[in-house]
Amino acid sequence: MRQLLKGNEAIVKGALLAGCRAFYGYPITPANEIAEAAAYYFPRCGGTFLQAESEVAAINMVYGAASAGVLTMTASSGPGISLMSEGISYLAGAELPCVIADITRGGPGLGNIAPEQSDYWQVVKNGGHGSYRSLVLAPSSVQEMADLTRLAFALAARYRNPVFVMADGVIGQMMEPVRFGEPAAVPPRPQWAVDGTAETRKNLVSSIFLQPDELEAHIGKLGAKYAEASRRETRLESYRTEDAEVVLTGYGIVRRILRHVVDELRGQGIAAGLLRPITLFPFPTEEFERLARRVPLFVAVEMSTGQMVEDVRLAVSGRAEVKFYGRCGGNLPDAAGIVEFVKTRLGAMEASHA
Amino acid sequence: MPDYSLLHEQPECFYEEFERKSEWQRQTHYCPGCGHGIVHKLLAEAIDELGIRDRVILISPVGCSVFAYYYFDVGNVQAAHGRAPAVATAVKRAHPEAIVVSYQGDGDLAAIGAAEILHCANRGENITTLFVNNAIYGMTGGQMAPTTMIGQKSTTTPGGRDVHHDGYPMKVCELLSTLEGPAYLERVSLGGIKQIMKARKAIRKALEVQMNGVGFSLVELLSPCPTVWKLEPVNARDYVADEMEKVFPLGVTCDRTGARVRCPLPPDPPPLEAIPGILGLELDETAGGKPSEGPRIDWRIRVAGFGGQGVQLLGQWLAEAGMDAGLHVSWLPSYGPEMRSGTSNCHVRLSSEEIDSPVVTKPNVLLALNEPSLEKFLDTVEPGGVVIYNGVGASGKAPRSDVRFLERPFTAIADAAGSARTLNAVMLGALREVSRALPEEAIESAMRRLVKREQWRELNRKALAAGRTQVREEELTHA
Repeated sequence: MRQLLKGNEAIVKGALLAGCRAFYGYPITPANEIAEAAAYYFPRCGGTFLQAESEVAAINMVYGAASAGVLTMTASSGPGISLMSEGISYLAGAELPCVIADITRGGPGLGNIAPEQSDYWQVVKNGGHGSYRSLVLAPSSVQEMADLTRLAFALAARYRNPVFVMADGVIGQMMEPVRFGEPAAVPPRPQWAVDGTAETRKNLVSSIFLQPDELEAHIGKLGAKYAEASRRETRLESYRTEDAEVVLTGYGIVRRILRHVVDELRGQGIAAGLLRPITLFPFPTEEFERLARRVPLFVAVEMSTGQMVEDVRLAVSGRAEVKFYGRCGGNLPDAAGIVEFVKTRLGAMEASHA
Repeated sequence: MPDYSLLHEQPECFYEEFERKSEWQRQTHYCPGCGHGIVHKLLAEAIDELGIRDRVILISPVGCSVFAYYYFDVGNVQAAHGRAPAVATAVKRAHPEAIVVSYQGDGDLAAIGAAEILHCANRGENITTLFVNNAIYGMTGGQMAPTTMIGQKSTTTPGGRDVHHDGYPMKVCELLSTLEGPAYLERVSLGGIKQIMKARKAIRKALEVQMNGVGFSLVELLSPCPTVWKLEPVNARDYVADEMEKVFPLGVTCDRTGARVRCPLPPDPPPLEAIPGILGLELDETAGGKPSEGPRIDWRIRVAGFGGQGVQLLGQWLAEAGMDAGLHVSWLPSYGPEMRSGTSNCHVRLSSEEIDSPVVTKPNVLLALNEPSLEKFLDTVEPGGVVIYNGVGASGKAPRSDVRFLERPFTAIADAAGSARTLNAVMLGALREVSRALPEEAIESAMRRLVKREQWRELNRKALAAGRTQVREEELTHA
């Protein structure tokens, strides 16, 4: 049965089916429906919901719940994620699993509440201090909000690390039909958690390593985890790239527009393809590398002034041209504008090679 | 060590050797004469006496007591600076049977963590806080704390704390006593043996308050910091008694333990099999992701009107009906401040093809439920599009000759059909008549999900029918 759900609600239902039983949050548009649905459903499912006094408190409550061995999450938007950066660093440092939903809006500062994708740097590259990474999943439909939230909890538990579900305000606010396939599950309690029992009395959750060698070893261990995640967890969607002469790339709501653009360009005789990262960290570097051996032009489209495009450039590493097309402030890139941009760039390349 | 006779045994809940320390594993990292050693011992003894060692989870802060977990053989969680009350909150809610002790210094609790302690206390979290007040930042080397006394020198108040510049020492127990959440707040001192005996009782009582489940307890301990104060340990102890106790009066500032009943434990969780039902989901393990074959359409709809006219519901109704008709659908509300100002609009897409963007900037269907909405969105309608307007007389002045335009006093029509509140159903009926793409069964099945009461469903059916009678093909004028 398909059910019409808001993206933000799909996150909550996906989380509860995955076994998440503690939600701590603070109101912010356009993520409010997540906390509201959590307030309704978590207690009914035997879980905890609490509205914290700030995002700072909320993420530290997540730290507490995770320390206590409960699958836990919070949700916010750009300004709130900025405040949570401290706590996310501690969670990563203490190797605590959690899921953070970031329903992105316009910035910097108060910006506005309309959709942007300008949280890429602070989420994918880390707003907090220290050598850590968050795993980042980027849904582009309400169905994926449910599915990738479920995956996020599995990854969080597997890697004992914060995992982001990062979606723009459009994906959070829109309603689409969703199917839920997998039955509800609750993973076994982790052995390292502090439960207030004789069995767990020796357990310690901490991110402090006073001796330089100890801290270096700890950071090395984190790095090894991220390397393993890069090998095992990279996810991408490839659409008509195999014979493409231009590859478009974008995530979230932009991915949907780009699929339409690819078809439109193909209709006009231009061999366009779409490479869409589903995981922003780990980034699908290898696939970009592979395509860059053959494809002369990549076009990154984002609702920002260009953040993910830096990772595309790193991956392509000078083998092909990388151009950027962006809108911001809450404006969505329109298909016609992108089509024109791609045609102009291709024309310019041909002219320079002629 | 045969030369010594044993006067006091080490509390059981201390580790014999401090293996988490990298060196000097038989002694603490605290300075001689530091109050933390005494507070640790009082806490350890209370835990032993109450027989709760296995249940205790100690939250250590940032400050000199950051390494409390070196010593306590209990469950340990180390928290970020100031955030121990937030961490403790979630630990306790995860394990209501655990005894959660949050241990904080003055900078941690009263400066950077002021919000966290205030709200934790105000929620009446059933945890115990030990607040060690030595009027200075110890670990960072002697900077001003919120509790630094007037005239007291610190590395950041080299001329002494000046009230005109730095304000006043913060009295945490008095401050928290203004709240209704706390069950038990007491300030004690480590300024002498008598005071320490009182401190011992206070810590025990605070733990018992938590064990009885009656709410938030905090013990503030005035504590010496000989190293940073640059005093001999004995003089530092006397300074606590002679100077600090004057500024921070000892005693119970709040005791509601008699008036409070035990906070009930949460009910047992439902069985896993019940979760999908609670979430209103029917799990569908067989179905794929594709909608079935539906009519070939691409509707990009904008619905707009006043808040309260059922604008968002009409949008959802269309999307639900489209879904039942086997179409790709999306619905997107306008969200944020504009939705508080009385106007409301939403974007709906119904399409045979996968939907690229749910944002409708150039609608081919506009349902304008009031005049401002018509004015706002008419120009955006794609040539050849359909405009259905709740009002009269607009077609005369509207400058679009390239759209199909239907205007009616739909509110009055809804009223006549049974209720003005079914305006959205009347307009949906009219749209259904303009374009027959949406099957009637889909509109009906969608309504059954959205409208729970049979009485209102019947009114909606009448309204749909009334809307349909409003449309005659030749009447779809070009405005």
